[in-house]
Amino acid sequence: MTPDQLRAALRGVPDPQWLDAALRRVATDPAAIPRLFALAARRCGRGPLPDPPGWTVDEAARTLLLTGLPADHAATAEALYRHGDAAEKRAVLRALPLLPIGAECVPLLHDAIRTNDTRLVAAALGPYARHLEQPAWRHAVLKCVFTGVPLAVVDDLDGRADGELAAMLAALAAERHAAGRAMPADATALLDRLGDGSHPTTAREA
Amino acid sequence: MRIFDPHIHMTSRTTDDYERMAAAGVRAVVEPAFWLGQPRTSVDTFVDYFDSLIGWEPFRAGQFGVRHHATVALNPKEANDPRCRPVLDLLPRYLDKDGVVAVGEIGYDSMTPAEDAAFAGQLALAVAHDLPALVHTPHRDKARGVERTLAVVAESGIDHGRVLVDHLNEVTVKLVRDTRCWLGFSIYPETKMSPPRMVELLRTYGTERMLVNSAADWGRSDPLLTRATGEAMLLAGFTEDDVDRVLWRNPVEFYGQSGRLDLTDLEGAAATFAGNSILRGGE
Ligand SMILES: [Zn+2]
Repeated sequence: MTPDQLRAALRGVPDPQWLDAALRRVATDPAAIPRLFALAARRCGRGPLPDPPGWTVDEAARTLLLTGLPADHAATAEALYRHGDAAEKRAVLRALPLLPIGAECVPLLHDAIRTNDTRLVAAALGPYARHLEQPAWRHAVLKCVFTGVPLAVVDDLDGRADGELAAMLAALAAERHAAGRAMPADATALLDRLGDGSHPTTAREA
Repeated sequence: MRIFDPHIHMTSRTTDDYERMAAAGVRAVVEPAFWLGQPRTSVDTFVDYFDSLIGWEPFRAGQFGVRHHATVALNPKEANDPRCRPVLDLLPRYLDKDGVVAVGEIGYDSMTPAEDAAFAGQLALAVAHDLPALVHTPHRDKARGVERTLAVVAESGIDHGRVLVDHLNEVTVKLVRDTRCWLGFSIYPETKMSPPRMVELLRTYGTERMLVNSAADWGRSDPLLTRATGEAMLLAGFTEDDVDRVLWRNPVEFYGQSGRLDLTDLEGAAATFAGNSILRGGE
């Protein structure tokens, strides 16, 4: 995913001039971003984008505003997240992997994963989660299974899933089985791919 | 019966309430920021409260198919505490948010000078942010409180059609009916207003600009009294359309003036008022 792809996907929004003007504005006047960021969903819309799949119009527009900043991407992303409503927080999380930053924004992932808002948990497990330490990542994946978030939202799931995660999933499956409750099919499939968790691998231990 | 509760404090209610409300036809609510029972002592605790009104509570409501919006303000009671007054400086940030459809609850509790200042200042914020205002009227000394409220509203320059004066009764309704303000009635199990009394008021004053809410909160209250009022209206000979106007179209029209009501994809609420379109209001 690149900003250019998102820009192309947003050509069809109801008011493309607003977005163009907002992007020009943040490039020269970064202090304008909090209000523009808050307004973006009202001006551009909130529906799903046909392409790229999994993105909504407001997430894409807000991501572009963040990528369009001339500097201070990490600090601004953090401020917008801390001061944002749930949709703004989600957009910041979606934007993180597209920003020229290192691991500075990992605390935002921790915050999102702590919430009980499944949309935030899901958005925290995109490509930027490569900066998330392995124990926190495993618990976040387990939380997805626990709260019914499809595992398709987890970036690099098979590359990163390890024996320890398999053991945690197997324990959850045992609890569910004892309670007469089903495991989500995608979690059962992952467990099958990983084996039964009795042979912890260390390939991606962090 | 589709119901929009224009004033309910869901933060203080349980998921059982959401389930019962959804089953009774409540599809949308507005939760005004107000006093939480326990006085607050710092600004940061308001930040967390406001954040939950635009974060966690809409998510919780959504799980039961209920659309949640909020109004944000420093309430009259706590406007009297100097430790809370800096909350006024935080408000502009929240008044830009999608889920915030009015400034409120503002108005009077004990009619002090501090309340005068907070009320006038927040009406000015409503004008500056192109938002309607939800105005609480005091429980004590009510008639004089409503008179003074209307004077402050007139002085502020806000369009009366963008003001909802709430918690009215048989005495105070007369004062507001002659203005262009909207009229709110909180139906409570015992005090304030009951469904049969509300039906009488609708007979006398008609259904135009009349809003019915449960104002359910942490006190003795009942989130299903909106539905009970709709049923009492039908029993008294009002039509389904009258009920729909009072319990759905009027609140949609009032809060729709914010340009921020989002009632798209709501099951059972298809025929929405044109003003709910999300694309209104610029910078
Ligand atoms: Zn209230």
